[in-house]
Amino acid sequence: MARPKDRRPGYSRRAQYGIFTGYVIAMLGVVAGIAVLVVSLVNPGAFSFARSAAAEVARPMGKAGAEGRASGQGVFAAIGAYFKAGQQNAELRREVDAARANAVSMQALEDENRRLKALLGIVDPARRPVATAHLIGSSGASTRRYAVLDAGISDGVRPGQPVRAASGLIGRVIEAGPRTARVLLVTDPDNVVPVRRASDGLSAFVQGASDGRIDIRLINMGTNPLKKGDVFVTSGSGGLYPPGIPVAVATAPHRDGATGHLAADPADHVYVLVEQAFSAQARDDLQRMIEDGAKTAVEEP
Amino acid sequence: MIFEKLTASPEDLVRKRINRAPLPALAIGLPWATIMLASMASFSPVIASAPVMPPLAYLMLLAWRMMRPGMLPVWAGLPLGFFDDLYSGQPFGSGIVLWSVTMLALEVIDERFLWRGFSQDWLAASGLIAAYLTMCALVAGLATGYPLPLVIGPQILLSLVIYPVITRVVALLDRIRLLPLKRL
Repeated sequence: MARPKDRRPGYSRRAQYGIFTGYVIAMLGVVAGIAVLVVSLVNPGAFSFARSAAAEVARPMGKAGAEGRASGQGVFAAIGAYFKAGQQNAELRREVDAARANAVSMQALEDENRRLKALLGIVDPARRPVATAHLIGSSGASTRRYAVLDAGISDGVRPGQPVRAASGLIGRVIEAGPRTARVLLVTDPDNVVPVRRASDGLSAFVQGASDGRIDIRLINMGTNPLKKGDVFVTSGSGGLYPPGIPVAVATAPHRDGATGHLAADPADHVYVLVEQAFSAQARDDLQRMIEDGAKTAVEEP
Repeated sequence: MIFEKLTASPEDLVRKRINRAPLPALAIGLPWATIMLASMASFSPVIASAPVMPPLAYLMLLAWRMMRPGMLPVWAGLPLGFFDDLYSGQPFGSGIVLWSVTMLALEVIDERFLWRGFSQDWLAASGLIAAYLTMCALVAGLATGYPLPLVIGPQILLSLVIYPVITRVVALLDRIRLLPLKRL
């Protein structure tokens, strides 16, 4: 490659000043950037308006991408299914038989459950999702793990609401714009979810490790009772996440907990559900926080 | 129309070059537009649960800057870094600082090493990319209060490997940029 042109402009004062101003603005950029960075570290919500405005602009692009992803997966699945049709047919028939048997016993259990609940006088509140949305973007290059939803305040989405997919928890909303919202994924280190082991209710919490996996930490530490394959579901404590949503599967137990992978990989899901915060008190708290404009409080699990 | 011109034989292009000049909007605006578009790549169909994507916009900035020194002004890191911050998910301001510093660093590299081949450019870019991703992870770690995870290793490697590809893409874009579309 040839050497770059010499940028000393000779005797032209105008050109000299132009170059000088360029350097001054560049240095100003560094200084201003540091100032902005400090502000956003102290108050993470400070620039949320700019981010949500930008997300609004990119919304059509992300939406097209999300639909492309859905149809792309559909195409691959269809081709795969074509090759495996025979084997799959036999497998499915076996599964259907097993499921039919299960369904009968489930029906019995459900009846019993209803009778017992009626005895105890428990009323199951019907939880309707706030919105159904696509994930239209994610912070793919950053160690912070965010995703963007294509539903926002106009659909009833508010900061703090949990987001889930059919197979498990995705994260919670932290910023809501008019028609987009930002979701803090479970894999972000900032997101701490109270969970319990599905089999025996052993309580723990899950923290993101920002590499796509998560840390499962036990609350009662002693000997580590975790085994590979343990499934963890939300415990509902704290009142934000509804209980019983699958969060993680333990893969590698270590001294005081385990590393696990997500129950619901955000990449696999075409639609996600935004739900109300679980307990009425948490909902009221969130509402108050939004009115106060105190965004930091939403960070608490 | 543009693709026809790209595949046209050289004589064809030369004949059309008489009395023609590049469109000013394209010649000046294309680098900015492509870098900003690369910033918006987070709105791609890929929803990543780990930081695996190379920082495309940053690679694009380096490639344009290395290919055409002096075309992007030295202060270009300020607006482009700001735009990248809107989409990257990093704490706001990290892009502004790091991109501005990058432009200044490239200025120093230009002063120091006048005659460079592609391998030296790649080496310089490698250093800058590794430093950039490490700083990004540090700043993000500062925001979460969680120690720097070692997950950026694969990301750095991937970015280094993909850099030559990005330079080829930028070279192609540069050809589009200088197409003689304006009649004098």
